[in-house]
Amino acid sequence: MPEIRVTPLGAGQDVGRSCILVSISGKNVMLDCGMHMGYNDDRRFPDFSYITQSGRLTDFLDCVIISHFHLDHCGALPYFSEMVGYDGPIYMTHPTQAICPILLEDYRKIAVDKKGEANFFTSQMIKDCMKKVVAVHLHQTVQVDDELEIKAYYAGHVLGAAMFQIKVGSESVVYTGDYNMTPDRHLGAAWIDKCRPNLLITESTYATTIRDSKRCRERDFLKKVHETVERGGKVLIPVFALGRAQELCILLETFWERMNLKVPIYFSTGLTEKANHYYKLFITWTNQKIRKTFVQRNMFEFKHIKAFDRAFADNPGPMVVFATPGMLHAGQSLQIFRKWAGNEKNMVIMPGYCVQGTVGHKILSGQRKLEMEGRQVLEVKMQVEYMSFSAHADAKGIMQLVGQAEPESVLLVHGEAKKMEFLRQKIEQEFRVSCYMPANGETVTLPTSPSIPVGISLGLLKREMVQGLLPEAKKPRLLHGTLIMKDSSFRLVSSEQALKELGLAEHQLRFTCRVHLQDTRKEQETALRVYSHLKNTLKDHCVQHLPDGSVTVESILIQAAAHSEDPGTKVLLVSWTYQDEELGSFLTALLKNGLPQAPS
Amino acid sequence: MAAHLKKRVYEEFTKVVQQQQEEIATKKLRLTKPSKSAALHLDLCKATSPGDALQYLLQFARKPVEAESVEGVVRILLEHYYKENDPSVRLKIASLLGLLSKTAGFSPDCIMDDAINILQNEKSHQVLAQLLDTLLAIGSKLPENQATQVRLVDVACKHLTDTSHGVRNKCLQLLGNLGSLEKGVTKDAEGLTTRDVQKIIGDYFSDQDPRVRTAAIKAMLQLHERGLKLHQTIYNQACKLLSDDYEQVRSAAVQLIWVVSQLYPESIVPIPSSNEEIRLVDDAFGKICHMVSDGSWVVRVQAAKLLGSMEQVSSHFLEQTLDKKLMSDLRRKRTAHERAKELYSSGEFSSGRKWGDDAPKEEIDTGAVNLIESGACGAFVHGLEDEMYEVRIAAVEALCMLAQSSPSFAEKCLDFLVDMFNDEIEEVRLQSIHTMRKISNNITLREDQLDTVLAVLEDSSRDIREALHELLCCTNVSTKEGIHLALVELLKNLTKYPTDRDSIWKCLKFLGSRHPTLVLPLVPELLSTHPFFDTAEPDMDDPAYIAVLVLIFNAAKTCPTMPALFSDHTFRHYAYLRDSLSHLVPALKLPGRKLVSSAVSSNITPHEDPSQQFLQQSLDRVYNVQHLDPQGAQELLEFTIRDLQRLGELQSELAGVADFSATYLQCQLLLIKALQEKLWNVAAPLYLKQSDLASAAAKQIMEETYKMEFMYSGVENKQVVIIHHMRLQAKALQLIVTARTTRGVDPLFGMCEKFLQEVDFFQRCFIADLPHLQDSFVDKLLDLMPRLMASKPVEVIKILQTMLRQSAFLHLPLPEQIHKASATIIEPAGESDNPLRFTSGLVVALDVDATLEHVQDPQNSVKVQVLYPDGQAQMIHPKPADFRNPGPGRHRLITQVYLSHTAWTEPCQVEVRLLLAYNSSARIPKSPWIEGGEMSSQVENSIEGTIPFSKPVKVYIMPKPARR
Repeated sequence: MPEIRVTPLGAGQDVGRSCILVSISGKNVMLDCGMHMGYNDDRRFPDFSYITQSGRLTDFLDCVIISHFHLDHCGALPYFSEMVGYDGPIYMTHPTQAICPILLEDYRKIAVDKKGEANFFTSQMIKDCMKKVVAVHLHQTVQVDDELEIKAYYAGHVLGAAMFQIKVGSESVVYTGDYNMTPDRHLGAAWIDKCRPNLLITESTYATTIRDSKRCRERDFLKKVHETVERGGKVLIPVFALGRAQELCILLETFWERMNLKVPIYFSTGLTEKANHYYKLFITWTNQKIRKTFVQRNMFEFKHIKAFDRAFADNPGPMVVFATPGMLHAGQSLQIFRKWAGNEKNMVIMPGYCVQGTVGHKILSGQRKLEMEGRQVLEVKMQVEYMSFSAHADAKGIMQLVGQAEPESVLLVHGEAKKMEFLRQKIEQEFRVSCYMPANGETVTLPTSPSIPVGISLGLLKREMVQGLLPEAKKPRLLHGTLIMKDSSFRLVSSEQALKELGLAEHQLRFTCRVHLQDTRKEQETALRVYSHLKNTLKDHCVQHLPDGSVTVESILIQAAAHSEDPGTKVLLVSWTYQDEELGSFLTALLKNGLPQAPS
Repeated sequence: MAAHLKKRVYEEFTKVVQQQQEEIATKKLRLTKPSKSAALHLDLCKATSPGDALQYLLQFARKPVEAESVEGVVRILLEHYYKENDPSVRLKIASLLGLLSKTAGFSPDCIMDDAINILQNEKSHQVLAQLLDTLLAIGSKLPENQATQVRLVDVACKHLTDTSHGVRNKCLQLLGNLGSLEKGVTKDAEGLTTRDVQKIIGDYFSDQDPRVRTAAIKAMLQLHERGLKLHQTIYNQACKLLSDDYEQVRSAAVQLIWVVSQLYPESIVPIPSSNEEIRLVDDAFGKICHMVSDGSWVVRVQAAKLLGSMEQVSSHFLEQTLDKKLMSDLRRKRTAHERAKELYSSGEFSSGRKWGDDAPKEEIDTGAVNLIESGACGAFVHGLEDEMYEVRIAAVEALCMLAQSSPSFAEKCLDFLVDMFNDEIEEVRLQSIHTMRKISNNITLREDQLDTVLAVLEDSSRDIREALHELLCCTNVSTKEGIHLALVELLKNLTKYPTDRDSIWKCLKFLGSRHPTLVLPLVPELLSTHPFFDTAEPDMDDPAYIAVLVLIFNAAKTCPTMPALFSDHTFRHYAYLRDSLSHLVPALKLPGRKLVSSAVSSNITPHEDPSQQFLQQSLDRVYNVQHLDPQGAQELLEFTIRDLQRLGELQSELAGVADFSATYLQCQLLLIKALQEKLWNVAAPLYLKQSDLASAAAKQIMEETYKMEFMYSGVENKQVVIIHHMRLQAKALQLIVTARTTRGVDPLFGMCEKFLQEVDFFQRCFIADLPHLQDSFVDKLLDLMPRLMASKPVEVIKILQTMLRQSAFLHLPLPEQIHKASATIIEPAGESDNPLRFTSGLVVALDVDATLEHVQDPQNSVKVQVLYPDGQAQMIHPKPADFRNPGPGRHRLITQVYLSHTAWTEPCQVEVRLLLAYNSSARIPKSPWIEGGEMSSQVENSIEGTIPFSKPVKVYIMPKPARR
């Protein structure tokens, strides 16, 4: 029985360390290869030894697909390819290919240079790893080998994020990666055609949430920033370098443009500059507005947003600063925060979630006095705002995508087990498809019923068409022929041709049946009665009375004979060939009911 | 090679022959008709290969065929069709047949039989499809012929089983267009049975080809458009098509569902998987709402648009469209809108400062949550958030239409519209502001909503700001804080964009008059008066102060207690503003003062209106003028003109009529004056100097008549006659003056002839109105016309002179509604002392912003003129897109004028003004004489002359020499 097997090595009932193994029609594909933010030991990378204990990974895996450049989707890639050893192709989109190494390098620096870890992948390994990458375009069908093909769909979320369809023969799996069904200021919404895959593997970060309209959030954000700078205050927005930061930049930039504001906006430099460069390049991956207007002006060529310099923080007057990192736990954002915290005119806006223990989390939970290193106590007088700008699909969005793709079954990953359970029920209830949510290392096996193409000769098809009535769309039809299976190909041909091809002689198969009739008259008369009866009943068949006293209906022969023992009973001999089985059995049944009383 | 060359020669030869024939055809009318079909016949016989034949047919198709020769051509084509083996040629012939049968004046029933005939023997699917198309063209030409239609429908039904989608498509199209509207009725009289077209088309909803499915739905819609009432059963079929794989099918299906829902809004349909039943329109609404989140944006646009016109839907369903049923972690959450409302009603300002502010509240029963089948849930929320701005605009429009019909929905959708003010595309923002204005009768803005609305006032786009001012004009504000907030924001806007001055004043005028009771408590604060101390008198020229006063005075109009709060200087300022900005400041009943203007209560109808009466009386007086002596007549005219002009200034609603009449009287006055001149009594050679007056008068009358004709909107034909008549008199005067002052007779011949032509032209154009011109100049002139034609110039002039003197003064009937076109240039203001510097030879763009009132067709008539100090004038035609239409009768011109000049040594001023271009021959109603002639097409677009209709504005510019 053919089947699709899915085993999450990471992201099964969990967020982070996305890595899912799929085997479909004998092909093995690994989807994403991420790291886990929460761990610093071996658990941060997926357990690749699960795939194969002894042999080389390259022999086992046909390809690796990376959905987007976030580290929880690609963080383990150099480790996997260079340290564990994988030489097969790695597929990702062009923007992902461009931005991924920057983030990996950044990650490596923090791990090795700051935390002093040994046995970590090196810069060279990142470079070597990226050499194995094959970049794909949106909606481009890539043939990995003769049978396996993959295709990317737009996913929103971050620049270059894609959903992938993996297809072998008629069986297919769609993996969404992370996606967003509502467009934002710089990216569009995820879209997929009605590809009806056997299995849809979707993320479920917001499985139990239906979000408010994005416009309120944007408006709130802009209003807060605007009010503060009008008051003469400074606004600090701690962000991570890629993704949301660009969205907020565009938002503020357009607002500044519209409102004709002159207050400076700064962006702390570093890897952002490189990233912004790529945002400028990959215009086709952005939303409608940016795509349509880039000829006049590329929206990422910021007019109002300038590079930040450390010295600017002490400048008088209002300003807006984007600074990394996003949770205020270290670096430039924390420095600026310490400078500005004392003034109640200033404001800090946290645009995303903050992990417990960080300064961001503390101030969000209302703490006004912070202990800094060196026993200093920092009093926070500035206003603290929280805005959630998240780029994952909410429950409605996930349902919408499932509705669009119309899969046969759904598999949930990248979410918390409790929340998944709710969504799983909903999907099963509303789409009536089976839905799975395996934990890490747990394998889901899906039996599939692959469709097998059969060739049919045109002659046979035409002949059968003529016999039948109108060809009705999308309805199964019965036709007669011989199925020849030869060298793993299937052909449907007419029986004569099959005989000829196989060099076989035709055997006649005849059924005969005796029907006893109570009739005292002579055989000829009985035959005549049978003839008239059949003639009356079977109007659209050719019924003939032959001179020798027998009756034929099409090719079916009926003979009447006297019963050897009982002269009052006549025996009707009905004989038909195999091909006329339908009509023959109908006739016998008809004759068994007896003849109508002869008109006296 | 030789053979090839020979062939080439022949080919060229044949071409030459054909061209000659065609040239002949264009010249000799008689020969054309037979020769065209003959030429075709010749060509087709000559054609050696299908390619050649195709070429000939293509050439043939480029020229129209006269109705009389169509039949001949058709015969030839058909004849060739039978012989032709190549399908592409047959295809072309089939399409030509269709084209030919559309020829006006040709009845195609004679070719129908042939067309059906060839259809039966045709094998090629493409040709079949084309032939069916031809039949469709034939059938549409014969709409009243029942038998033909039934026959064509039969043909279509027969070919519906064709294997090619193209043929099936065309068949369905034919059925849709020609299918009988009364279903199943046997026509005994003609022995024809009509088929149930609806059922036949409905069967093809499940065709295997998406194009055919689309065609079937379209055919169904076509039937509906032709007036056939569709069955309700179609509804279920159409609902199935909503989940089709192809977007064009879904898009058409949405339309079909909408149509059915409008036909049977009140029928009851069951909800699948439950025992409940709902109204069909509600069900359809839910389904279309669901399509707002379709995968294809074409379908989304279609669905969002149609939602707007479903007004019968129950309010319960309607309100769901704005509710997405938020939840977070399985607990119900309130939207930001709800929170804002709650905060507002609890008397607190929105803080948004706490992290847990939006913390979810109660738990949700997991079983009850319905994620996808919730029908209308949040459809508009999705639509307004859509990726494509086309969808967003459609959603905003739909919201607008639904809100106009349902006040409670209007109240609810307010928050969403306000949110759209921040959209990234300006068009969407603008659209949502306009929408808000349209529904403003139904809504009152809460303070927090007003706050968001007002934030947009800082937008750098002028269109947005002005739309917002318009919106504020008709908004209801609930609290006095709201008014204060609005005022503060508007003043901020004023300082940031001083050019918005007029728009802001106007906005405050309406804001004040709508909310007198809310303004009242704010007055002391706004005027900064103090109960004990006198405060400094504000600067009267400060636009912001004027803005505040406009608000207060308009509020005071309906609030008699307010003036008691004014300080002395406020009253003085009132008097000043009432005079200088009378359109913004109303007349107030102030204690101890007389009313500044005659308080005309508006309920008096125009007939009883004393000023209207006055106008009528003074005009009546004037029309009796011929009974007075010339001196008295002149004086009376002068007085009346003065009166009218003053009246026009005082009564803005009568300004148009008064000015119009005054101008006419002015013309008459000039004419009388010119005829009183002494020059007529003295010998010709002596009056070279004095004659200036008469010729100047003639010239001025001409100008004034052009103004009368083109600068007023609402001028009717009967006025145009009088105006033209006056112009004719002016021309006569000019002729006489010239005759008197010119020596020699030769030039007079031409002039006389021209004048007589003009008279002739006048007669032709206004022949219908001639009876009204009893005893007038032209009346007498036409009586003498035969004599004039025969006589010499000198005699002609003598006759004219006497006639001019004797002719009666024509009564000018007053039109119902007449407005003088006017224009004001807002920008450039012309006050700047800083010259605009640019390098000579290059261009500099000057922003011009002007308001135009009562200009008809401004796109074609309004021009910008730039006058350089050296007398050089330049006329600029603004683009049609530069004109906006903010209200009836009003236009706004925002354009850029490019200036360029060679270097000057000193900065100098150029004058910019607006011109109204006119073309008198375009205005005259087309009479059959002119229509046939060639001149009409030429004069159509040319400019005959221009009238300046705005005050010139001076702009200081300085072209500098280029640095080498």
